[in-house]
Amino acid sequence: MTTEGSDCVVRFESVGLRYGLGPEVLQDISFALAPGSFHFLLGASGAGKSTLLKLMYLALKPTRGLISLFGHNMATTSRRQLPALRRRIGVVFQDFRLLHHLSAFDNVALPLRVARVRENEIRKHVVELLTWVGLKDHVNIRPTILSGGQQQRVAIARAVIARPKLLLADEPTGNVDDRMAMRLMHLFEELNKLGTTIVIATHNETLAGRLGHPRLRLDAGWLDAGTPDQQAAGKTAAGAFAAATSKSRAEQSSESAV
Amino acid sequence: MWARRSDLPLDHDAPGRFLPWLIAFMVYLAALALAGMLLLDAMAARWDTGMGDTLTVQIAPADSPEKDALRVRATLGILRSFPGVARAQPIDEGRLMDLLEPWLGPGGATKDLPLPRLIDVELKPGAQVDAAALAKRLAAAVPGTAVDDHGVWLERLIRLIRTVEALATAVLLLIGLATAGTVVFTTRTGLSIHREAIEVLHLIGAQDTYVARQFAGRALAMGLRGGVIGLVFAVPTLLGIGYLATRMQAGLLPDVSLGPQHWAALAGLPLVVAAIAMVTARLTVMRTLARML
Ligand SMILES: Nc1ncnc2c1ncn2[C@@H]1O[C@H](COP(=O)(O)OP(=O)(O)O)[C@@H](O)[C@H]1O
Ligand SMILES: [Mg+2]
Repeated sequence: MTTEGSDCVVRFESVGLRYGLGPEVLQDISFALAPGSFHFLLGASGAGKSTLLKLMYLALKPTRGLISLFGHNMATTSRRQLPALRRRIGVVFQDFRLLHHLSAFDNVALPLRVARVRENEIRKHVVELLTWVGLKDHVNIRPTILSGGQQQRVAIARAVIARPKLLLADEPTGNVDDRMAMRLMHLFEELNKLGTTIVIATHNETLAGRLGHPRLRLDAGWLDAGTPDQQAAGKTAAGAFAAATSKSRAEQSSESAV
Repeated sequence: MWARRSDLPLDHDAPGRFLPWLIAFMVYLAALALAGMLLLDAMAARWDTGMGDTLTVQIAPADSPEKDALRVRATLGILRSFPGVARAQPIDEGRLMDLLEPWLGPGGATKDLPLPRLIDVELKPGAQVDAAALAKRLAAAVPGTAVDDHGVWLERLIRLIRTVEALATAVLLLIGLATAGTVVFTTRTGLSIHREAIEVLHLIGAQDTYVARQFAGRALAMGLRGGVIGLVFAVPTLLGIGYLATRMQAGLLPDVSLGPQHWAALAGLPLVVAAIAMVTARLTVMRTLARML
């Protein structure tokens, strides 16, 4: 009935996180992601979406609670085991984090090089993917002279190139127009069809609404994951409605403020 | 070409740019120390086998040349029958004058000056001759003889050489340590400059060895570059010193110069230094990263 046990890709139990001595940015977060699921992580700016993703891609350790990834309890996983786990996770960072002295090609190639894939294979896959995200003519260009949207696409290509088991994307369509946003979303859906579990953090409710995937909603450090049944069945109508209404309410209030 | 590709822009780091020059200087000093050590070693070996096998017997002058000749003949008789002696030959007066000339000036040594008679004794190679027993026996037969055992003097000289050699070895070790220390410093600086990029590499799934290889590869390249530069400067210096030494020594020192095996050892210096740099960089990265998340 619930997505319990070691078959979950991600599992949080009463996880809390504070930065330094600050307040708890995340409080008592519990949820589980089944293999092959596709979730949007929604929440206002500052709600803690990026922080939650950082916990998932092992850039942060929780101050309390339990996190397990691919059935491994992170509290008891040694540092030496982390690279193997991280190679199964693709991340689109909110600020891209491209290496500025490397070309688009070399940036996208990194996960394959780190995993010691042969150079001629790398060449083929990377060029193909860069072509797919519309950067065919920018293969040898450094990120510093690419536009924000182009950099974002390089970052996405780098996150998906090694066909990760888990893809975490932090506002992956923040810098591209609607058409490209939908194209990138379809890239994620293709990956999802191949079995990748996907979590996309966004504050763009409309985008999330257009694709009928279940949502996780962060509000002031608390997570509303819906019921496990809803998650498993992907019943999202109620969630979509709630999202739409809260969005229109937010728009109204910002309009009245002007 | 791909082998030279680096994920980290290490070549642009300011602290890394002076490293080859520092290493060049270290290798220059190391080359001089090593060359000195090898030469001293060759010298000591030469003395050990060459001059250690000779003795000089001195016979105090008597009141007449006839008596002197008798005493020399008696001494020669004993020496030639003594076990371990290969050859005993009196040094003639003319040669003695030549030997004394630098001290007494030309014509300073006259026939009037009573001079001791000297006998050059060559020992059989490897023979352990008891100089004290020989001296005792000679003194009993011909009073006023003395045996000058170069062994004692040579032993001291060789001990001095060994001390200088130990110092040179210490200098080489210190140079190695200083090189390692410098590499530790530049590697740590590089790690903190590229912290962001290294974190990205980690999050992508890179192992510490992946990062370490980049630092180690660069340290190796810089060690080789610096080492070759240092050697290029050291060779003319050594040749110059060698030239001056052959002009100055004029028989005072045994004629030793750097042989092919010595030059080979010197040519190995850049390799050794580069290896030290590489291993140090790798260990530094591994140790530093182990403390990161
Ligand atoms: N490195 C940090 N140090 C201290 N506070 C942080 C840090 N990163 C984020 N925060 C705080 O944590 C809260 C959640 O931030 P974040 O996870 O980035 O939210 P979101 O991605 O939903 O906009 C914010 O109040 C933010 O100020
Ligand atoms: Mg964020």
